[in-house]
Amino acid sequence: MSAERLLTSSLRELAAALAEGRTRAEALAEAALGRAQALQERLNAFITLTPERAREAARAADERRRAGNVSLLSGLPIAHKDLFCTKGVRTTAASRMLAGFVPPYDAFVVERLAQAGTVSIGKTNLDEFAMGSANEHSHFGPCRNPWNPERIAGGSSGGSAAAVAAGIVPVATGTDTGGSVRQPAAMCGVTGIKPSYGRVSRYGIIAYASSLDQAGVISRSAEDCALALTAIEGFDPRDSTSLDHPAEDHAAALAAAGGRLDGLRLGLPREFFAVEGLDAEVRRAVEEAARTYESLGARLVEVSLPRAELAIPAYYVIAPAEASSNLARYDGVRYGYRAPDYADLDNMYRKTRAQGFGEEVKRRILVGTYVLSHGYYDAYYLQAQKLRRLIAEDYARAFASCDLLLAPTAPTTAWLLGEKGQDPVQEYLQDIYTIGANLAGLPALSHPCGVDAAGLPIGCQLIGPYLAETRLLLAAHVFQQKTDWHRRLPPL
Amino acid sequence: MPAIDLDRLAELARIELTAEHTAAFRADLERVLALVDRLQAVDTSGVEPMSHPLDLPQRLREDAVTEADQRDALLALAPAAEHGLYLVPKVIE
Repeated sequence: MSAERLLTSSLRELAAALAEGRTRAEALAEAALGRAQALQERLNAFITLTPERAREAARAADERRRAGNVSLLSGLPIAHKDLFCTKGVRTTAASRMLAGFVPPYDAFVVERLAQAGTVSIGKTNLDEFAMGSANEHSHFGPCRNPWNPERIAGGSSGGSAAAVAAGIVPVATGTDTGGSVRQPAAMCGVTGIKPSYGRVSRYGIIAYASSLDQAGVISRSAEDCALALTAIEGFDPRDSTSLDHPAEDHAAALAAAGGRLDGLRLGLPREFFAVEGLDAEVRRAVEEAARTYESLGARLVEVSLPRAELAIPAYYVIAPAEASSNLARYDGVRYGYRAPDYADLDNMYRKTRAQGFGEEVKRRILVGTYVLSHGYYDAYYLQAQKLRRLIAEDYARAFASCDLLLAPTAPTTAWLLGEKGQDPVQEYLQDIYTIGANLAGLPALSHPCGVDAAGLPIGCQLIGPYLAETRLLLAAHVFQQKTDWHRRLPPL
Repeated sequence: MPAIDLDRLAELARIELTAEHTAAFRADLERVLALVDRLQAVDTSGVEPMSHPLDLPQRLREDAVTEADQRDALLALAPAAEHGLYLVPKVIE
């Protein structure tokens, strides 16, 4: 099998091919780089490719293998969302503000995947500072969907989802503040997991909304997500909200499972299926997925998340508020862009930030500034935080009668580039199913469960109680043993 | 919903808004605030605000130097630096 064909294999198959000498890390890196370059014009999935570093890392992985010293992921090509700091490789957050920023250190996730022996081929496209649900707000141009390049890849981790869907790399990293791993995974027909808040260190991830940001992985299957997630989990003293909880061997639990889910109670939140904008084909596919789970032994129960619709306004107060504070650091003094002409220091700040940030980032900073400003703080920010608790309590109550929640990942399939026009609210409303897990800090994943009449992938979302990643991955893994949606490839 | 003082917001956020952008931003902000205004209708009396998914106290650590000295590497990232210092426009006349 050619190295390029291998890139659509599972991580275990790839690892076996390397272990048995049927391919080498260098050949895989060449194939991944070649495919990334060949598809770049069509998809714009990457902001930066790092061929020299990739070849060097691949050669080192091959040498370690000859010395008999390798882990399962060693030699596998990967890509990082360009929100993770990479030492010596520019890290832009898809912003003009950081277009020339070369970090002096690696993010924890980057460090861990390098230690595992993986070979990063580059940095993937995203919405600027991870603010978006389509990957249309990028200083480097929109990322396109491999299933139809006229359509969005989803966002904000669009480049990572597109790179996996297109068979460029078998796994890529992402971050998820309001759905940014799960929604592009759904739009591109791949599997993505957002772990529990605190499970994966935020060290070295360019901050958007710190109480919501969480790193995750996008891959071809739940099993591959399980393997990659184990590699990036664990306590990190450099993140003040890192959980002191050891990494778990999720994949071992999957391997030990039979092909059944007997006794698993799957909760269907009735409010989620009553959302006005829910596309009929998406609903049908997700309901069909629920029936498949039922045929595998799961019991379907109806549950209620009474404040489901209010998650959107709560999120669009809290996230911009935290963003306006986090992004105050971009002042044109210590790093990043500085406006070329200015009258004085204050004018330099204003011009630097006016020119360095894109429209959506400015919108969110201004909204955040508004809800935090004197006179509005209690009415908006504090009220949103109270609602956040009520929403988290709704989830906790739902989990009293079920083990996992099942829902659509997004109300529709991938829309046309530019379709949402100039109204930011139209894009925000697409986050209805994903933001609850961020507000409550819960783990959630998206896996493919069908296609619409236009052949576009549909995502099914599973949401679990705190630290129930293994349960989520196991359920999706058993589903994927029975179905083949996750094995389908886009017509590239 | 109260009127938006966009000039004041731009001032607080240190973002210069050009005249042509002001109208568009105002329309966008009005739409976004109309969306988030739905919060006002919810009775949250007696509810503790939730600032964080982990209701845990902040972790403490020894007050010890843990970062290596990276002065040169960090200054190299600055748009303007000289003699080991960040350069900014004159602030004191």
